[in-house]
Amino acid sequence: MASSSTNSPCAACKFLRRKCQPECVFAPYFPPDQPQKFANVHKVFGASNVTKLLNELHPSQREDAVNSLAYEADMRLRDPVYGCVGVISLLQHQLRQLQIDLSCAKSELSKYQSLGILAATHQSLGINLLAGAADGTATATVRDHHYHHHQFFPREQMFGGLDVPAGNNYDGGILAIGQITQFQQPRAAAGDDGRRTVDPS
Amino acid sequence: MSNYTNSPCAACKFLRRKCTSDCVFAPYFPPEEPTKFANVHRIFGASNVSKILHEVAPHQREDAVNSLAYEAEARLKDPVYGCVGAISVLQRQVLRLQRELEETNADLMRYASCLGSETTSAYGGRRG
Repeated sequence: MASSSTNSPCAACKFLRRKCQPECVFAPYFPPDQPQKFANVHKVFGASNVTKLLNELHPSQREDAVNSLAYEADMRLRDPVYGCVGVISLLQHQLRQLQIDLSCAKSELSKYQSLGILAATHQSLGINLLAGAADGTATATVRDHHYHHHQFFPREQMFGGLDVPAGNNYDGGILAIGQITQFQQPRAAAGDDGRRTVDPS
Repeated sequence: MSNYTNSPCAACKFLRRKCTSDCVFAPYFPPEEPTKFANVHRIFGASNVSKILHEVAPHQREDAVNSLAYEAEARLKDPVYGCVGAISVLQRQVLRLQRELEETNADLMRYASCLGSETTSAYGGRRG
């Protein structure tokens, strides 16, 4: 993949207007046909910081590192105030809402399950217990369990609940945002299904 | 602002320069939080941070600095994925809960319709 081997400078060296050497650290990850990728990373992180970062990593990890940096840079350029943190906040908020919705739905379900068992029992005994249950109440309750329209939550909540993730504590997962589709699973991950999803933004 | 008390902000202390009254970093990098600037400088670089701060409105700069500090810390803890790893985990959790909620709602619908039909049959044709 080293574009320098074909005399075509990589996107980084093209951007930096320098000769692309065979040992160029950027060449494998910044092909000349993706100039914006390096331009974004350079703008947000700077070439020397990226070089230091890559040099600190094992070669097998560098592609994922570059792609995550490219993603962060892209998010930061789209949202100079919050960058990726805005995405994290939104997802955490979404998760909290889903947990509430699921808890309500399961609570309703357990009621209906009990009612269903009771009804079956009493039906077999010829006892009429379900007055009112046929008026659509159950359906209305189901309709209420819809996804909320999540909005960004207030500024004061933006940073309060954020935890900085430790390096090896992920439960496994494949990134699903934007154009990044080629991450391997995090090294400490034990992914439960290894499923890759793509969410075009 | 630390430069009003002759105490340089964490950025200027780190960069070993005079902290002037118009220092863009001073409001957001107090001297008692040296690590915050050190992390941000290491990942983003002082000049990039300065450019970002100048691009955003003054009332947004504190949030911008805090988000940069968060990302920098995440990247230092996980040099490969940084905070993008957290996004990945959260997305999977959201997808899992969405699926579970859909299944639970489907079960609710089934129970609702079952109860309706049972009621109908229990009441000998009463419309549910």
